[in-house]
Amino acid sequence: MTWRNLLRTVWPTVPIVSALIITGLFLSAFGVSPGEGFSAMLRGAFGDVNKVLNVTAFWVPLALASTGLVLAFTAGLWNIGIEGQIILGAISASWIALKFDFPEPWQIIFQLLAAMIAGALWAGITGVLKTRGKVHEIFGGLALNNLAIILTNYLISGPWQPPEGGTFRGTEPFQDKAILPLFADSRLSILSIALLVIAVISVYLLLRGTSWGLKLKALGKNPRSAFLLGVSSERELLLALMLCGALAGLGGAIRVTSWFDSLRQSISGGIGYLSLLVVMLSNFRVALTPFIAYFFSAVLNGSITLQLRTQLHSSLGGILTGVMVLLVLLLGDIKTLNFLPKRMTKESTDE
Amino acid sequence: MEVTLTNIRKYFGTVKANDGITFTFKAGKIYGLLGENGAGKSTLMKILSGYQAQDSGEINLDGVACSFRSPAQALASGIGMIYQDPHDVPSMSVLDNYLLGRSSGIRLDREGGKGELLDKAKRMGYPINLKTHIDTLSLGERQQLELLRLLAMGAEVLILDEPTTGISAEQKEELFTSIRRLADKEGKTIVLVSHKLSEVQELCQHVMVLRQGKLVGKSDIPCSIEKLVGMMFEEIPPRQERKSLVRDKFTLEVNDVNLESDRVSIRNLNLAIKAGEVFGLAGLEGSGQRLLLQACAGLIHPTSGQLLLGSEEITRKPYHRLLNSGVGYLAAGRLEEGLVAGLTLLEHVALSDPDTGFVINRTHFTELTKTRIDKFKIVGIPSTMIDALSGGNQQRALFALLRTPLKLLLLEHPTRGLDVRSTDHIWQLLFERVKEGTSIAFMSADLDELVGRSDRIAAFSGGKMSRVVNATETSAEELGHLIGGEQ
Repeated sequence: MTWRNLLRTVWPTVPIVSALIITGLFLSAFGVSPGEGFSAMLRGAFGDVNKVLNVTAFWVPLALASTGLVLAFTAGLWNIGIEGQIILGAISASWIALKFDFPEPWQIIFQLLAAMIAGALWAGITGVLKTRGKVHEIFGGLALNNLAIILTNYLISGPWQPPEGGTFRGTEPFQDKAILPLFADSRLSILSIALLVIAVISVYLLLRGTSWGLKLKALGKNPRSAFLLGVSSERELLLALMLCGALAGLGGAIRVTSWFDSLRQSISGGIGYLSLLVVMLSNFRVALTPFIAYFFSAVLNGSITLQLRTQLHSSLGGILTGVMVLLVLLLGDIKTLNFLPKRMTKESTDE
Repeated sequence: MEVTLTNIRKYFGTVKANDGITFTFKAGKIYGLLGENGAGKSTLMKILSGYQAQDSGEINLDGVACSFRSPAQALASGIGMIYQDPHDVPSMSVLDNYLLGRSSGIRLDREGGKGELLDKAKRMGYPINLKTHIDTLSLGERQQLELLRLLAMGAEVLILDEPTTGISAEQKEELFTSIRRLADKEGKTIVLVSHKLSEVQELCQHVMVLRQGKLVGKSDIPCSIEKLVGMMFEEIPPRQERKSLVRDKFTLEVNDVNLESDRVSIRNLNLAIKAGEVFGLAGLEGSGQRLLLQACAGLIHPTSGQLLLGSEEITRKPYHRLLNSGVGYLAAGRLEEGLVAGLTLLEHVALSDPDTGFVINRTHFTELTKTRIDKFKIVGIPSTMIDALSGGNQQRALFALLRTPLKLLLLEHPTRGLDVRSTDHIWQLLFERVKEGTSIAFMSADLDELVGRSDRIAAFSGGKMSRVVNATETSAEELGHLIGGEQ
């Protein structure tokens, strides 16, 4: 094996190892031994059964949103609005949970369906703004994220305020049958894992074997050529965004009906933005996203223990994942780096 | 400033864009640089203005050898270029644009710049409003501003790339007057890149002609149009006999059509193409022929007039509808407009097939792709990435993606970059379609191809279509005249 082939093979580990080293240096700078720090993080994530269940429960909605994002990214769309789509899903599920009383299985089914529809419609607004109004999906999405947060705050301090008075924290806890069946004493629902598995497999099959997935790929790589080959961009882009929104909405519903038991002020906890990082780190491949998402969940939940052990703020987990994403984006594609000889670039001689 | 080019070479792969060009531009003179599309004019001017570097050869300014790594360096040495699309910042004000690119320290001297700009504009006789923003100006006004900016930054040599495309007749007069003044009174060296022979004759004192990257002729002006055309185009070999397949039925009728774009507009165009006819569109890039093809494909719509496909009115039908009605369109840029880099051949076949179901049947499409690969002689397998194919194979892949049957096939430069054998093969396949009654309208910069493959030919120049000539009876000379805008 030549030196260059070797380099190419081990390359994907380079950003991950570098991120660990940089974070380790960070820890040392604050007087904590990196070994101790990382092992505290590891124990925080997987130290006992409860911790594993916790990491897994946090993982499900994050992985759902990431799975949806793969669709949007494949179509070349930057669905920053995913955060708002998660929130709208949470709001709709809460609405059914608080205001309706359906018989046993239907309560949960309607909650989840409402959440998916709301997420899809919220994403659809971004989509129509893009295809009809020429508003870039990043800007449309950001605006709608803000609106979603404002809507949550209005609901919990206004119409859905608990009767004992507004704490501005959240609604009153949902009725029992509105909560997903939970595993033992944890906040993890087996049902939500089943839904995630279905979502990942569906998205994988959609992208791999269907003409719709192929159209999304073509649109994402070259919209002009795709158009000329006969792909109608508006319909496919809208559909991609709405499917992504539906999965995000489902994630939001799982947040309110298993991780929490009510609609809270910062209901998403930033998992929308986090899922963007997950997808970037997974190089937009749906088969990888659940694993990367699990890694994120472990690091973030583990660093809470790190805080207790070392008095370092738990945002260290955020630093580790953030640095890793930056390094992957920076170093990810070995071909684009300058230290290997470039392939002959073709220039046009057309006049 | 005297500019001497010695043995300038620039190759792109196997294409010799500039193949040993030696020439001297003297101070105070106006030069015309002529050549058909792909002759190497733009490459040479890009090298001179620092936009790209030559592979070998030398540029001397007043006897001093120079090499530029950027347009800014070239400008610092005194060479400024005005592009067809002025390189200004549309959302900024006139004054800010003027001040842009000057290394005058940290503080921006607005007041000083204002006085200077007004003074210069007055000398050139340009009306200028400092407060307006670039995007509200006409192309001609932007050109004037760019000219002032280059002069203020010390340009001694001015290169103008097709400066009269898209500006009004008055602005053209103003431009020519100021160019003459700059050459006569201020001793500037002017190079005009143009394909409008009449303008070159009107403005220039000397002319150099490029063909296939070589300097093939120079002359003083005045000289006859015949001589210029003779230098620009090679003699074409006599047309091989081919049986006409034209049927007595119209496929496409263009009635009083008006088309608009930023660059060029077409007025009251009338044209009819019969079934089984091959119609060639000659003309230099940007003369309107592409606009016509795009309108027939439904990619742009006429501002007035009527387009008929057979008996079906298609004037305002969108591209995808026409695709289903049997209109095919292949653009010139392969990987920009037509193919999707990062997808395989098989995926392209599945994508372009209107009968692909929701679930892609891999076995079916593997077989279908293999058949197409054989038929179109593509070097590759169904799972080959389209961008891993060579240019010629990509071109053949584009043809392999066309639907069947087709009523009308619109082609931009169908065989550009292909060798003789591939070109023949492509046309052989095209004529099979023609036999079935498909009409072809194609634009090409290759006179051989136009004369050899068409039944009839028309040339475009500045948005006007020439008279239609029979391919069997025309000559390179006649086509050269039509391309140059002579009627």
